[in-house]
Amino acid sequence: MKYEMVIGLETHVELSTATKIFCGCTTKFAGEPNAHCCEICTGMPGSLPSLNRAVVEYAATAGLALGGDVREKSVMARKHYVYPDLPKAYQISQFDLPLVSGGGMTLSNGRRINLTRIHIEEDAGKLVHRGANVAVDYNRGGVPLIEIVTEPDFRDASEVLEYMERLQTTLRAVGVSDCRMQEGSMRCDVNLSLRIPGETAYGVRSETKNLNSFTAVADAIRTEYARQSEILGAGGTVEQETRGYDADSGETHSLRSKENSDDYRYFPEPDIVTVRLSPEEIERLRGALPELPDAKLARYVSVLQIPEADAKLLTKYRAVSEYFERAADGIAPKSAANFIITVMFAEIQTEAERENWNPAVSAANLNGLLKLTEAGTISRGTQKRVYGEMSASGKPAADFVTAEDTAQITGDELRALCEKAVAENAKSVADYKSGKEKALKAVVGAVMRETRGRADAVLAEAIILAVIA
Amino acid sequence: MKTIAGISELLRSRRASAAEIAADCIAAAKAKNPELNALVAITGDEAARAAEKADRMLSAGDAPELCGVPFILKDNISTAGIATTCASKMLENYVPFYDAAVWESLKARGAVMIGKGNMDEFAMGSTNGTSYFGPARNAVNPAYAAGGSSGGVASAVAAGLGAYGIGSDTGGSVRLPASFNGVAGLKPTYGAVSRYGLIAYASSLDQIGPIASNVSDLAVVFDAITGRDARDMTSRDAETASDKLAGGIRGMRIGIADEFFENLSGEIASALEDAARALEAAGAVRVSVKFPRLRDALPAYYVIACAEASSNLGRYDGLRYGHRAAESADLEDFVARTRSEGFGDEARRRIMLGTYVLSAGYYDAFYNKALLIRRAVRNDFRRVFETADVLLTPTAHVTAPLVGAELSPTETYLTDICTVPVNIAGVPAVSVPCGTGKNGLPIGAQLIGRHFREYEILRAALAVEAAYGGTAI
Repeated sequence: MKYEMVIGLETHVELSTATKIFCGCTTKFAGEPNAHCCEICTGMPGSLPSLNRAVVEYAATAGLALGGDVREKSVMARKHYVYPDLPKAYQISQFDLPLVSGGGMTLSNGRRINLTRIHIEEDAGKLVHRGANVAVDYNRGGVPLIEIVTEPDFRDASEVLEYMERLQTTLRAVGVSDCRMQEGSMRCDVNLSLRIPGETAYGVRSETKNLNSFTAVADAIRTEYARQSEILGAGGTVEQETRGYDADSGETHSLRSKENSDDYRYFPEPDIVTVRLSPEEIERLRGALPELPDAKLARYVSVLQIPEADAKLLTKYRAVSEYFERAADGIAPKSAANFIITVMFAEIQTEAERENWNPAVSAANLNGLLKLTEAGTISRGTQKRVYGEMSASGKPAADFVTAEDTAQITGDELRALCEKAVAENAKSVADYKSGKEKALKAVVGAVMRETRGRADAVLAEAIILAVIA
Repeated sequence: MKTIAGISELLRSRRASAAEIAADCIAAAKAKNPELNALVAITGDEAARAAEKADRMLSAGDAPELCGVPFILKDNISTAGIATTCASKMLENYVPFYDAAVWESLKARGAVMIGKGNMDEFAMGSTNGTSYFGPARNAVNPAYAAGGSSGGVASAVAAGLGAYGIGSDTGGSVRLPASFNGVAGLKPTYGAVSRYGLIAYASSLDQIGPIASNVSDLAVVFDAITGRDARDMTSRDAETASDKLAGGIRGMRIGIADEFFENLSGEIASALEDAARALEAAGAVRVSVKFPRLRDALPAYYVIACAEASSNLGRYDGLRYGHRAAESADLEDFVARTRSEGFGDEARRRIMLGTYVLSAGYYDAFYNKALLIRRAVRNDFRRVFETADVLLTPTAHVTAPLVGAELSPTETYLTDICTVPVNIAGVPAVSVPCGTGKNGLPIGAQLIGRHFREYEILRAALAVEAAYGGTAI
């Protein structure tokens, strides 16, 4: 029996505000253990939380970018559980009145993924194992999070992965999070159940928690599907439980069953007044949203005429798309896109470097270089050499373009050189005429060698074709 | 008893220095505390340092009224570098690394702390019987209880160990011990004083308030500690009181609700009648009002307070500070043992009750119902204040019980019946001495007012105080 999977996703995303959610401590990643802490984020007796307004605005921005409704009044609540990384023995979160409800996205296969809610909460600290001892680092305690909860709308792993990727792109584009899974600033819980195709009722689900990479999410879905199918196939019943994921084996294991599940004893947080956002503030945040990645991708493809695969690469990180748009100012967008993807992406390969896109050649300088080429002022060969010098120095193209470079060989002089090359490369010309298209490159190459790159190869090729025609 | 005005006068006329006054208070505290047990710590070094600073401020001129004036701070208010125990074994050796907002603002005014006031453990109690350090005793007669939970502060102020004290009031914890010790106590409007650094018992009910030997001193201290603090989101700017005390009460409508006077002993009823007559004599008008939800307020209070307490006290697990179990099998066992050993019976009782009422399946029956009653109690006050400006009630149905009197938990809880509705509604109330019982113990009158109208109840209290002299100590 092939079962249908039903998946719902809960995604925790760290917001990139400068300070923590309830105190003035920095949210900077790394640093000495417990260096970014005060009485508030360590829950010392008598300390009180003060809700950071930036957190509310970032979370509302995320909600608006994902098409949700932002509540004018929402309520913080205490969620109780006991663990050493949670110094108050409760997490301040939201319960029945979250900041955002609804929203969602339509996947490339046309299926709609609906969001249930987005709420604000604080992150916990982190256990650090030191030999036989366990210590706690509260630097991460009180870092603001949003939890984005979907309806059980996914039907396979590829839908989940596409959703995650687009969630990342969107949240980065609006600047509320860097969504770095490797650093834990984005983590997912997968709720998965199976049913016989055609059934409308949901099966019993398991929840696999704390998945911090795309691989982990894909693994968890695959192994949970296999595990639950086997149980159901043998006539058994799946138990509602919480499962953990082991990155080494790629397998999931039971953490606790429903009977032992936590009773969080939520109640409204008395220390924090009702969170209010006026309709004007909500509209101001909506108005401040930048062009969202879906819209940008569509524009790159339809208006800028960039192939979809290239457009996806350019829109994946906000820094890259901003660089591209500045570099393409006043020239053919396609040539800027080509240059970035063929030349620069070959140099800047890691995702982290692309995310923090900051090449030696500034967007304005690249724009200057590409303009020289487009105007025919310099040849493509010269462009390559100048780009190399710009990369090494960070200086603009003008600093490296010599009088000799700009003295492009054109017109009759170029025609004479092309005729000479045709005469000297009779074999290649013959090969070309007999159908070996590549043979023409040798003739063009001869012209370029002769001019030391000061001719335009495209132009030279056109002249050569006219000569041999 | 000392008064702020009296000490301020001594200081400004240079008849005494802040250092001399502090030294006298420390000496008196050392002499009287063995009998009263009002202070869990006498902070001599801190007082000497603060007095020296106060003397410098005074000689520089333009010092605030509280500069150089000695006071007592309840031991659930955080003092950096000085143990803050909540009178619990759990926090016996806990030394905060930051100052409470109220302590910060008093320090800035040159106030001189003499010691930290004994209290019921985590402010849970009405007799001071739950203190890990033994009960504070009544300054009028040490055979009797100082009352709770700010009993140490009230007893110390009554015994003249400081001119005033700072307590906290969750269900009557400032007003009840003030009335038992024959001094005045103010529970300000919820939000009028920052709670930052007050170790929480029940966050939606807790409020810091002053205890002093007279009503004008309450107003002076209230003005010094009130106002919005960015660190406490529930705090707000309130109207000052001392500049409005002289207004008198001509035409003020004093509400009397029979519900508060049911089953009242003759001596308390007659002391309250005296208070009502004093108010009328000063020009106020007596009006009859109703408070039908009084009986329901008490159980609702205990559900809400215990629910919040169970949450607030969850952090005491021995991992970072506080008591630690010596032996344990694993982490869970360690936390369980630490908490069983560190908390006294009453704290454990309230934590268990609170955990229960918030549990899945019981939440609607208890916690949600309590919130409904809370709303109804607020409505009772709203209706009262349609026809009255101030509500006059006894502070308690009893005078101070004997230390060690065997009261059941529910009997003890009944002590708070007149005071808890005030916290549930967040309105301000003051307790002022209005009589003396046959056994020589003080009786207090409670005056309850509208939100942020501290000055109205203090004006009324001033009239009661003027008519009744006070209890001899």
